[in-house]
Amino acid sequence: MPLAHRLYDNALVLAPAGRLDHDNCEAFREALAPHLERTAKDGMSIVLDLSGLEYVSSAGLRCFMLAAKQAKAQHSRIVIAAMQPVVAEIFQIARFNLVFEAFPKVRDALSALSPAAAAAFDRG
Amino acid sequence: MRVRFWGTRGSIPVALTSADIRDKVAEALFRAEGRRFESVGEAHDFAVKHLDFALTHTFGGHSPCVELETGTQEYLACDMGSGARPFGAHVLARQSGKPATVNVFMSHVHWDHIMGFPFFGPAYVPGTHIRIHGCHEVIEQAFRLQQAPPCFPVEFSQLAADIEFVKLAPGHTHEISAVRVTPTPQMHSGESYGYRFEVGGKVVVYTTDSEHKLENRAQTERFVRFFHGADLVVFDAMYSLADAISVKADWGHSSNIIGVELCQMARVKHLVLFHHEPAYDDAAIEGVLRETRRFEELTRGTQPLQISAAYDGLEIDV
Repeated sequence: MPLAHRLYDNALVLAPAGRLDHDNCEAFREALAPHLERTAKDGMSIVLDLSGLEYVSSAGLRCFMLAAKQAKAQHSRIVIAAMQPVVAEIFQIARFNLVFEAFPKVRDALSALSPAAAAAFDRG
Repeated sequence: MRVRFWGTRGSIPVALTSADIRDKVAEALFRAEGRRFESVGEAHDFAVKHLDFALTHTFGGHSPCVELETGTQEYLACDMGSGARPFGAHVLARQSGKPATVNVFMSHVHWDHIMGFPFFGPAYVPGTHIRIHGCHEVIEQAFRLQQAPPCFPVEFSQLAADIEFVKLAPGHTHEISAVRVTPTPQMHSGESYGYRFEVGGKVVVYTTDSEHKLENRAQTERFVRFFHGADLVVFDAMYSLADAISVKADWGHSSNIIGVELCQMARVKHLVLFHHEPAYDDAAIEGVLRETRRFEELTRGTQPLQISAAYDGLEIDV
C-alpha cells in the first residue's frame, strides 16, 4: 500500500491512506519495516499521520500494535496524528487510545516529540 | 430453539456487593427526580422504561452455563460453571420428581467451566441420566478430581445419577437428542472446543474461551465457515482488542471487535457477548455493549448484525 513519508529533523511522518484491513495489512507491514529500521538506526521517532486513513480493521490495528512494540524495543516512539472521526472511534472502542498517544494535528505531534522537528515542519 | 443463559461471567464467579446495590438504589432515586409512584408496579415501569439496564439489573456473576431448549424432553447445556446450580434447580422444578436426561457439552475443563457440577441438583437424583460430551481425554478425570477429598465432601462416585462421559470427534457432526452437533478446536490453554448446534433449520454456535490470532488467515477462514449463517453466536468477548493482542496475548480469550468482524464475515444474525471479564461492573459491560453496537454500525455491510450482552437469566428465542 502507498506509504507517503516526510522527514522533519529527527521525526519521520508516515501517512497510510485508504483502508487498512485483512487484505492489505501485510503490505502495510512490509512498507513500514524499512522506516522502523531507519528510526532504530538514526534514533528518530515516527508520527503516523492518519488524515488519509478512512478505515482500520483489527488486522490493521494489530500492525500498529506490532510497530509500537518494535519502536519501544528500539527505544524509539510512535505517535498518532490527525485521525478521521471514524478511525478515532475505532481506536477508542478497541482501547488503542490507551496504547497510543494521539494528537489532533501532525504539527501538534511533532511539537510533542521534538521542538526541532516542529521547527522543521514550520519551515515547510 | 430457546437459548437460556444461566452463567455468563468468565474465569471466576462474581457477586454484587452491598455498596453496588446501595449505589444503584441511590442513583435510581436521584434519576426519579421527585416523582411520586402510586404503586410498586408504577415504579417498576419507570425503572424499565427510563433507567439504564446496568442500573436496574445486573449482568450477573455465575460462570458459564448455557441451556439450549430444543423442544425435546431432554435437556442440553454447554458447560457446567457455577450457573449449573440454578440450571439444576430449574430442571428439578420442571421435572416435578421425574428423573431427567441431561446432555452437557464441555468447551474444556478449566475450573470456571466445571465448578457448578457438584451443586447440580439432578446429579443427586436416582434415575437421572447425565451425558457429558466433549473432545478432551481428561473430562472424566477433571469431574472426579474436583469432588475428590479434600476439595469436596461428596465424592463423584456417590452421585446418584447415571453419569456417562461421551467422547466426540472434532470436526465431525454428531446427532444427539435430535440435534446436529459439530465441535471444533479453539485456541486456549489446554485447548477448548466450540460447538455448532443445528436443529429445525436454526443454528446456534457456542464459542467461548477461544483466542483468535489475527495473523492466522487459515484459522480465521475456518471459524468463518464454522459460524457461517448462524442465527446466534455466543462469543468470548472478555478483553478489549488492545489487551487481547498485547498484555493479554496468549491468555486464550478474544474481544468484541473480533467477534463483530468474524460474525460479519460469516453473515451471522445475532452476536451475544459472553464470558464477561470479572473485573467489569455492570456499567462497564453495558459500555462495552454500547461501543460494540457502534462498531457494528461503523463497519456494517449489507446485513446488520444484532448484538446483545449475555446476562444471567437472559433468554433468546432463535
